[in-house]
Amino acid sequence: MVEKTVKAPAIVRLFRDETFRRGVAAILVFLVLWEIGAQFKSWFGVMVPFIGKVAPPSAVVVRWLEVGQWAGYWESWYLSTGRVFLGFVVAQVIGIPFGLAMAVNKYFRGMFFPPFEILRPIPPLAWVPASIIFWPTTELSIMFVTFLGAFYTIVINVLGGARSIDIQYLRAAQSMGASQWDLFRKIILPGTLPSIFIGAAVGMGITWEVVLAGEMISGGGQQGGGGLGFFIWSSYMGGVMDQVIVGMISIGLAGYISSSLIRYVGYLAMPWRRMF
Amino acid sequence: MSNQTAPGSAPSGGQLMFLRAAKALRTPMPYLAFIGIALWLGIYFLLNEYWKIFPFYKIPGPVEVVTEWMNKDPIWGTSLFTEDYYRNIWVSCRRIGIAFALATGLGVPLGLFMGWSKKFKDYTFPVLETLRPIPILAWVPLAIVMFSGFETPIIYLATLASFFVTALNTMLGVESIDESYFRAAGCLGSKKHHVFWHVVVPGALPFIFTGLQISIGVAWFSLVAAEMISGDYGLGYMIMDSYMVNKYTTMVMAMLTLGFVGWITSAMVRIAGYRMMQWRQKALGQGGA
Amino acid sequence: MAANPNVASTAATQTRGAISIRNVSKIYDPGGVNVLAVDDCSLEIAGGEVCMIVGPSGCGKTTLLNAIAGFHSITEGQIDLDGEMLCGPGKPLADQGADRVVVFQNGALFPWKTLADNVAYGPIVQGVMSKSEAREKAIHMLDEAGLSGVADKYPGEVSSGMARRAEIVRALINDPKVLLLDEPYRAMDALTKSIMHESLLEVYDRTKVTIFFITHDLEEAIFLGDRVIVMTTRPAKTKKIVDVRIERPRDYRLLSSEEFRVLMEETKSAVHEEAVKAFEAGERELA
Repeated sequence: MVEKTVKAPAIVRLFRDETFRRGVAAILVFLVLWEIGAQFKSWFGVMVPFIGKVAPPSAVVVRWLEVGQWAGYWESWYLSTGRVFLGFVVAQVIGIPFGLAMAVNKYFRGMFFPPFEILRPIPPLAWVPASIIFWPTTELSIMFVTFLGAFYTIVINVLGGARSIDIQYLRAAQSMGASQWDLFRKIILPGTLPSIFIGAAVGMGITWEVVLAGEMISGGGQQGGGGLGFFIWSSYMGGVMDQVIVGMISIGLAGYISSSLIRYVGYLAMPWRRMF
Repeated sequence: MSNQTAPGSAPSGGQLMFLRAAKALRTPMPYLAFIGIALWLGIYFLLNEYWKIFPFYKIPGPVEVVTEWMNKDPIWGTSLFTEDYYRNIWVSCRRIGIAFALATGLGVPLGLFMGWSKKFKDYTFPVLETLRPIPILAWVPLAIVMFSGFETPIIYLATLASFFVTALNTMLGVESIDESYFRAAGCLGSKKHHVFWHVVVPGALPFIFTGLQISIGVAWFSLVAAEMISGDYGLGYMIMDSYMVNKYTTMVMAMLTLGFVGWITSAMVRIAGYRMMQWRQKALGQGGA
Repeated sequence: MAANPNVASTAATQTRGAISIRNVSKIYDPGGVNVLAVDDCSLEIAGGEVCMIVGPSGCGKTTLLNAIAGFHSITEGQIDLDGEMLCGPGKPLADQGADRVVVFQNGALFPWKTLADNVAYGPIVQGVMSKSEAREKAIHMLDEAGLSGVADKYPGEVSSGMARRAEIVRALINDPKVLLLDEPYRAMDALTKSIMHESLLEVYDRTKVTIFFITHDLEEAIFLGDRVIVMTTRPAKTKKIVDVRIERPRDYRLLSSEEFRVLMEETKSAVHEEAVKAFEAGERELA
């Protein structure tokens, strides 16, 4: 005796959902408090600590509508995204095989893991000056640092993922006559996919941080300048604080979209996990 | 392992370490590690100092860095023997300590409540998730405007980064606790605060410590960035400053010191975790739970 | 029909832990699809009785246990304990309490506490004993259960058999009215299981606590129980009740006796029928 309940359209269900409503309420409260705190001085003459110095959401929205019409703003998006994408892809292309090689071959791991581990604690940004000295162009030096950030993350995740594959899967395949290459392609690779995607999602976040830092530090003035980091920094230099916040939210949005994209690709690539 | 010890008493402490070391030396691993490191240092040296290949020679090689490091009267002004070296290290460490303590003190309780009470999570999680995607460095201008001086914005940035990671991982930790434990506590007559202290907190500990290890890395990351952009003293500042005046040897020294200090703080967190979660060590020592 | 001598004699000496399940139904709603897990089920369990619930996986028997323990609510009907309502109209979810303690399928000893601390937990949080008293009693009871050397070990350090026994001690130290066991020995090998059975019987003979035991192992059910209740596949309903009129104390020799074989025959066909139905329905087990 199993009956299917009649479902209301998705949007209505969303609004009826308690969790959704609470979330919306909380965000609204946050925005209102921010607005009040920021405007307090001009309304009541008293400066609220910290928040008082920040531009209010209303000003940010106005500025954003204005900025949205500048070609330069969208060009920043394009530039930053391009850098992130490039650095990210390079990190994956080099990192995934490197990580898999270390996972599969213990001699390789024995040799390459120690130097890898020793250099790992050095934050990617600490490499920026060295990178600038080393590479001929600013663009390449930012690329390199971006690469470093994502590279470490992906390798660690791949290693962890590959080593956690239940050995029984490998044995089952071997007993059915699989060759080493078969094992790799049909068991180890798919088995590591979830970790690869987690590593990619986290690496994506780091990549954004580094691109941002690179753009802010290098001033963006020379060849290969511009980008959202530069947008934020120059807004700050110009004292246009609400524009700074526009930049902050823009980057946050861009980062969120790119992470979601990765998660979506992961969803497509791993049909066996869709049941959950 | 078991045929070397008396029944019922597993080796521990120093004895265990010795056994492990002895066992490890019989495998090819330590030798490979040695080769790997030697290879890396060797290539580094060859490229930078010996063959002086472009563009490698622009960066000081290992010999140059180590010589300077151990020099009582360093050419570029900083070495093991100068005061400002330690001052920079101390300043960075102090900032990390404060940031980490703040982030953990705020993040763990928040995470615990978010994991435990759906209602609480419904209200707090969305706000957090909206702020989290904003890269920490994007906060730099705002931080400088909000807080006066140098010290506070830097600590704020490191704390923020660390806080997000800690809170998130703690929350996941609570959510990962098997429902059965809550039910068991319930049918044994626990009140809510019992469940919190005896199930929620210990159950989330593994995830909390994983989060703490990540968060201290993230804190260093943000700290270095902040120091490089707007600092006075600190290892990040040291790197940037020496770069600006072309003291590249000092710069590399700072980088390597940073790596080392970062590694030590990470190890400290890991060890603290091992101590607090004795039950895991013992269970895993038996060959799996 | 003559009364079951075991149930009758225990009921005469104690009226504690009698469960009355009347017309209970439970509807789940996972993902918008209504699933009827339990359909108008009624059952009377006498105080001090060992009641075994047998049925195919996923048929809803755990739902009954969860309702009694207060983990899930019921949609219709009423459940009483010793005449007092646990859950029913106006109160679909029973309170959880130390009068009905559960022993879980995959074991739920707190991994971060030693066995002794686990056992002492109940009395301490209920405020019935002080820490030292509880610990002392815990160690004493663990000794009685044959777990003397391991009281200060963590659950991860001992075998599953020991852990499960410790979990039962953890339940019993609270002097519960009912012991609820949800396929506690499911994941064990036959040898360990037989030791668990003997241990449980020994505990029962001492304490005469009401036992509500869910299992899919027919042999186990007949060996341990006073009555075996065979449930249908989802939605769960009582299909057949078999009285096990064998005297206590029982031991393993019972397994090769004629009496035992007859009871197995009587129950087997009913269980098998339902098992086939469940298999063909291909349902995923209700966790």
